[in-house]
Amino acid sequence: MQTGPGFVVELEKFSGPLDLLLHLIKEDEVDITDLPIAKIADQFLSVINDLGLNQAADYLEMAARLLRIKAQMLLPRRLGDDEWEDPRAELVRRLLEYQQIRELVDWLGHAADVRAERFGRGYEAPPPDAPPAPLQIDLNDLLAAAERVIALIPEPMLHRVVPRPLDVEGATARIHALLAEHETLGWKEAIGPQATLVDVLSTFIALLELAKRSVLTLSQPEPFGPMVITRGTPREAA
Amino acid sequence: MEPLAKLLEAALFAASRPLTLEELASLAPSEGDVRAALDDIRQNYQEDHGVELVEIAEGWQFLTRREYAETIERAQFALRPRRLSPAALETLAIIAYRQPVGRLEVDEIRGVDSGAVMDKLVERGLIEVVTRGEGLGRPLLYGTTPPFLEILGLKNLEDLPRLDELSVALRRPTPVDEPE
Repeated sequence: MQTGPGFVVELEKFSGPLDLLLHLIKEDEVDITDLPIAKIADQFLSVINDLGLNQAADYLEMAARLLRIKAQMLLPRRLGDDEWEDPRAELVRRLLEYQQIRELVDWLGHAADVRAERFGRGYEAPPPDAPPAPLQIDLNDLLAAAERVIALIPEPMLHRVVPRPLDVEGATARIHALLAEHETLGWKEAIGPQATLVDVLSTFIALLELAKRSVLTLSQPEPFGPMVITRGTPREAA
Repeated sequence: MEPLAKLLEAALFAASRPLTLEELASLAPSEGDVRAALDDIRQNYQEDHGVELVEIAEGWQFLTRREYAETIERAQFALRPRRLSPAALETLAIIAYRQPVGRLEVDEIRGVDSGAVMDKLVERGLIEVVTRGEGLGRPLLYGTTPPFLEILGLKNLEDLPRLDELSVALRRPTPVDEPE
């Protein structure tokens, strides 16, 4: 259906889909309580399309609602013996409610206009956008201010990063040498005297690697007790 | 005028907002009938004055007479406040009649998202959060403020038109929470 010449409308004119619907209803001079839903729905779709309102979610939602009601009109549900549900009822209720709000808007707008014609005391003109006053400051003030700002800068945290590669190969060789002489070793013997953190880590990784290769067996007789290193696989050792 | 009336006149002159009956009574707790004194002042200003004593926003305030608005404004001694947008007025109407009311109900009645409009009205001091609702998330519920009455020139909320006085009378689905 084409919109008639009466629908020369602008986007800003409407405060929402209900407002647009009321406008269409007024244009058509139809009874709001007996809404010709098919006609109104078509007009609504056509107008939101023409106005580019079809991007606005609120209008789309209303369009979907109108189409659903239009479909439900074809298959109304029975409520009672000779009572049929009117699918338009909820929409009509909202439209009437909204129409009432529009009427109140006119009333409130008029009241505000009348009130605005009376001035109370203590009127303060909105301050003009004056440029900021030129800064008046002497050198000492400026330096003091600069110092205060500098004092706020946190001391940067600097670390010297020293590369400390693990010497797994060296540890592996040492353990091989120790196992050549001893059937079993204690953990302390494996890491050697005065071991550094790097030595401990290197040795530990070497032990795990050798255990994986079945060169040795690691065991711990009691929880948290010292680790015992035995030459060969568990089966051989057993 | 009585001494009490003169005192109240001075206070009302000094204040830049409506003063409530309680505020005025607190000026001179032991001295007679504040209401009668206010009536006295009002009658005094009825004629021969460019300002008048107006009952507004649950209080009293000296305001200039309407007929001088244009001249005063032209001279920029005072300017009318900016008019509220239709969206703002719609939202105010809903909140004024349904208060305390949540954002969702306002959205539902207007058929559009009203969050931005409500934020602006809060900023202008025309509405405020009055309580929290029951139910999911305990939504913030809004009501109107004294400045709302002030910009509309209303004495109190009862000055708003009754819903059954409007041409579109609507029965509310739920019982009316009439504002006190």
